[in-house]
Amino acid sequence: MDVLLAIELTILVLAAFLGFEVISKVPAMLHTPLMSGANFIHGIVIVGAILVLGKADDTFTRVVGLLALALATANVVGGWFVTDRMLGMFKRRPEPPRKDDA
Amino acid sequence: MIAALSQNTVNLAYLVAAVCFVVGIRMLSSPRTARVGNVVSAAGMIVAIVFTLLLESVDRYAFVLAGIAIGATIGAVGARTVRMTAMPQMVALLNGAGGGAAAGVAIAEFDRLTRFGGTPPGETAAAIVTSTVLGGLTLAGSVVAFGKLQELIRGRPIVFPGQQVVNALVFSAAVALAVISAPAGETWLLGLAFVVAAVFGVLFVLPIGGADMPVVIALLNAFSGLGAVGAGFVLDNNALIIGGALVGASGTLLTLLMAKAMNRSVANVLFGAFGQIQTSLGERGEVEGTVRATTPHDVAVQLSYSRKVIIVPGYGMAVAQAQHDIGALADLLAEQGVDVKYAIHPVAGRMPGHMNVLLAEAQVPYSQLYEMERINPEFPQADVALVIGANDVTNPAANTDPASPIYGMPILEVDKAASVVVLKRSMNPGFSGIDNDLYLDPKTTMLFGDARESVLHLITAMKDQ
Amino acid sequence: MSAELITSLTVFVLAAFLGFELIRRVPTLLHTPLMSGTNAISGIVIVGAILVGGAAGATTLEGAVSFVAIVLATINVVGGFLVTDRMLGMFRRRRSENE
Repeated sequence: MDVLLAIELTILVLAAFLGFEVISKVPAMLHTPLMSGANFIHGIVIVGAILVLGKADDTFTRVVGLLALALATANVVGGWFVTDRMLGMFKRRPEPPRKDDA
Repeated sequence: MIAALSQNTVNLAYLVAAVCFVVGIRMLSSPRTARVGNVVSAAGMIVAIVFTLLLESVDRYAFVLAGIAIGATIGAVGARTVRMTAMPQMVALLNGAGGGAAAGVAIAEFDRLTRFGGTPPGETAAAIVTSTVLGGLTLAGSVVAFGKLQELIRGRPIVFPGQQVVNALVFSAAVALAVISAPAGETWLLGLAFVVAAVFGVLFVLPIGGADMPVVIALLNAFSGLGAVGAGFVLDNNALIIGGALVGASGTLLTLLMAKAMNRSVANVLFGAFGQIQTSLGERGEVEGTVRATTPHDVAVQLSYSRKVIIVPGYGMAVAQAQHDIGALADLLAEQGVDVKYAIHPVAGRMPGHMNVLLAEAQVPYSQLYEMERINPEFPQADVALVIGANDVTNPAANTDPASPIYGMPILEVDKAASVVVLKRSMNPGFSGIDNDLYLDPKTTMLFGDARESVLHLITAMKDQ
Repeated sequence: MSAELITSLTVFVLAAFLGFELIRRVPTLLHTPLMSGTNAISGIVIVGAILVGGAAGATTLEGAVSFVAIVLATINVVGGFLVTDRMLGMFRRRRSENE
């Protein structure tokens, strides 16, 4: 077994528990932006695409790598903007007018 | 060696241990699952220890097992015999043991790394400095905290002029010694750093008053965890890093919660030397109003004709070991149809959650124990607020008197109850040394004497009716 | 910075955040058992003491220091878990339970 595997598994498990704890506190009202926001984070795969492209030395790898890069970028950009747009629509209730000032 | 497992297999076992710790702490969030959670955490610890012993590099079994046997005996006897009222002392000592162990690991590893005239690499050295200094200060600070809680050392703040400066110098000296020990490759320098850090630990805790102990214990808890993290960085060991980080987070969070419950910053608690302010501010003229002393018989009558009684326990209950008798009194009241609840202030007692443990020992069901936020709205409906050995956490000056040193601290609003009965040893002010105007309130009556004896008298008087 | 250090830092930061999230859920009712229970977990440093002191070829000084560390850490582990168990055994929902 790869030496790194145990360490990577450790990080995976810790992050999974942390994700569970953090996400379980998000109110139902925000579940849609949560999904699109999480989708944006998933775009971190862009880093992998860049790494692969950087090492690519044949056409096939380059094409597939470029495709991956384009998709990941779409994920990052689209995910972030759509989340931001949605969240912009969640406004606090305007201050209710004071009733009796007397 | 028995099994000679590879580092890789053992790392996977550490992952299992870490998952056990996480799940165990998660289960601590409900009293129903908490006990099983504690067993899950312990199982994780056993996995970590057993797999470490099976690691190919570990050879000296007799030596290691002897250490474990001695420690396990001390720990088990201590845990079985400690009285629930002495739990803060116990936890203080356990914190100290954890800190001392972390420093020991760092020092021994430093010696190994420098054995043949080598020096540890920079980042390892930084981790060694951290765990040695944190460990020394946690060990000595915990022993002083223990001494204060056990009343071997004066509980009131011990202060002298220029204390802050001296403390800062001692701390810097400890760090400096530890830092220069690395390029020098001299273990004795690191050992000296450990000793100086211990001196700092003593100086650091000495000026902190008894009532601030919940913050100190929580902080030392965080330090013992961070010491383990440091040792984990020294050895590049994930089990230590994860276990230590969980404890560090727990201690830090509790420290902040306790400070918040006193409406003071952590820095103010640690460096403010509570009690100093009052000695300069304390002589604010003769107290106006009179204190009404009462008899057990009168209180018994008052209690039995109540519909709702809220009991407010404080450190005085722990000192007098009165929790069992209070439980019995509450039972008597419940039999007569009185609605009895307990109001628990977050910093009542000498450590986080101290009162809950004592009342649990007295077999009070936890459904009757109410946190401050939940019980405060109920005081206006209570016929009697029965204050037993609590003082500062009931002082209305925290809400009303901007000049009071505890102004702004959230309190249990006992003064909202129809009447207040205070069980108190004498008219001496509480640990913080502040007068409590609650005692002069016309609806307050005082029952003087040892809390336990007073409660016993109350029980007799109730039965005689 | 070495690769090990960065990995260790990643693990530390993740565990610290996870710790905060977990502990925030614990009610004040259980703060004392929480402290003693997590205290026992900080006894994980026993693993480090075994690794350093148990290795063949440790010098007398290293042996002595790690022996003390093993004893202290075991006190922490055993004392912490047992005392937590004792406390938690006393928390009951109704008065009639476990009697």
